Amino acid sequence: MAFVASKETYSGKVYQVNIGTGANAANLGGENVLPFHSFEGTVPNKPVIAYEIQDVPPTDWPENVQKPYSSVSGDPVAWAKFCQDNLKAKAIALRLLGTHPDRENRSPEVAAKTVKDVLSAINVPLIILGSNHAEKDAPVLVAAAEAAKDRNCIIGKAQEANYKTIVAAAMANNHKLIAMSELDINLSKQLNILITQMGFDKERLVTDPMCSALGYGLEYTYSVMERIRLAALTQNDLTMQPPMLADVGMYVWKIKEAQAPESEMPLWGNTEERGIAWEATTATALLVSGAELLIMRHPRAIEAVEKLIEELV
Amino acid sequence: MLIIGEKLSIIAKRVREAMMKKDKGPIQEIAISQWKAGAGMIDANIGPAEDGGEDLMQWMVTTIQAVVPLPVCLDTTNSSALEAGLKVHNSQWGKPLINSTSNDPERFPILELGAKYNAQVIGLTVGKGGLPADAEERAAIAAEIMARAMEYGVPLEDIYLDPLVLQIATSQDHARHVIKAIKMFQEMNDPPMKTVVGLSNISNGCPKTLRPILNRYYFMLLMLEGLTAAIADAHEMAEVTKTYDVMMGKTLYAHSYLEM
Repeated sequence: MAFVASKETYSGKVYQVNIGTGANAANLGGENVLPFHSFEGTVPNKPVIAYEIQDVPPTDWPENVQKPYSSVSGDPVAWAKFCQDNLKAKAIALRLLGTHPDRENRSPEVAAKTVKDVLSAINVPLIILGSNHAEKDAPVLVAAAEAAKDRNCIIGKAQEANYKTIVAAAMANNHKLIAMSELDINLSKQLNILITQMGFDKERLVTDPMCSALGYGLEYTYSVMERIRLAALTQNDLTMQPPMLADVGMYVWKIKEAQAPESEMPLWGNTEERGIAWEATTATALLVSGAELLIMRHPRAIEAVEKLIEELV
Repeated sequence: MLIIGEKLSIIAKRVREAMMKKDKGPIQEIAISQWKAGAGMIDANIGPAEDGGEDLMQWMVTTIQAVVPLPVCLDTTNSSALEAGLKVHNSQWGKPLINSTSNDPERFPILELGAKYNAQVIGLTVGKGGLPADAEERAAIAAEIMARAMEYGVPLEDIYLDPLVLQIATSQDHARHVIKAIKMFQEMNDPPMKTVVGLSNISNGCPKTLRPILNRYYFMLLMLEGLTAAIADAHEMAEVTKTYDVMMGKTLYAHSYLEM
């Protein structure tokens, strides 16, 4: 007798969220099965990896991940074009780190100009991120959302402390929105409810349950993502069905394992290879737990994960 | 949990007047309100309806289903009114439910209607001899109803056994007998028999302020025993079912869970 794989059926479905405009627009989510379970249902879209860039030179990044961008990272426009044209990025994530009060403390107007300049140079979808300073992000993202009006970007991250202003800005300028909570599935659901109670369409949300790197709490992110996806699919929980984001690069490239030199840690092997492997491994785990959108840094880590996606889908 | 929205009863003055005048407004307003609050079926209780019951039941079924995409629970002792209602029932949202047959020979023909119109039937566990004394007597009557259902060609999955909830104020012991009966009924078949109660009868005759409290707590206890359905006010039960689902892990908790 031939082997017949047992199949699960699910009552829910992940919302399909469209980002960007024109020929290079992309879709996130849309599947009615667990990650890569295409044998049980439909998986209309592959996970998307966005290249992370920022509005200030990445002097805070380890040298090995600065290197691939050294000729362009002084200018966010050149950096964005490099990712799109040379590295064939399918999406770009612009982090407005320079607006942070402890950094350059740039004004919302300056940030808006950067957004406009970057958008005029690229045609792939853009994700616009604040500096993760809840208070400052509100005016920065409002200005950025206006500057990007009708380009169907994802803006974020809206958190419990600042979501109202950011939700209103995303709504007024036709953007998608990242809702971030801190590794707590119930608070993630609550934030989605609060955002939709403002009139924001739940099918325009992207959930960020908060990322963490391998060795630094990855299992918490993995578990929250997995449970969010199970609530979406098996309980048909309408508030838990947006696609999910894993903001991988910023968490991986600050840990010791991604930067300790081989001279100090001879048993750990080559520093550059180690960092790339660390980012790719973290990203892979989060893809398996349900992420549809990844933000990553090293081109070789991205290349490896994209290859894996090609083979698994 | 299936809530059979109970507010359309001839006992209520406003509903009775609307039924007499064939005024659709109040009937449809109540049906919509029960549906929005989570009812999965609407109870149409026209009482004994000795005069013009056929017309009245048909009017109720079509009036309700014109505005609410739900099946109707046809609640009357008049079997020709039941048949008239079944003829016009739109079953695209689910089978109708007949309330009810029992162990009283006069109520046996109701099962014929169930078989003929592919309807579900409530089996009230009372006989001609009066009220059952305890859970065991209810189960014995249930067994007779089940045997008769098979004889008449109504599949057991279309039978809802009703242990008959009595008033806490006059028949306190029966509150626990009914809880036990809900458990016993399910053990009488595999897959388990479906069960239903007329919930608000528990608080009949009690002060108005106590009624929702009695209804809600009793409902929680019955749900825990595996109750399938309740004829109840969907508004009054919404908090209970949502809280129960959260506590049993059927829905994910969030601070706003009651608003969902």
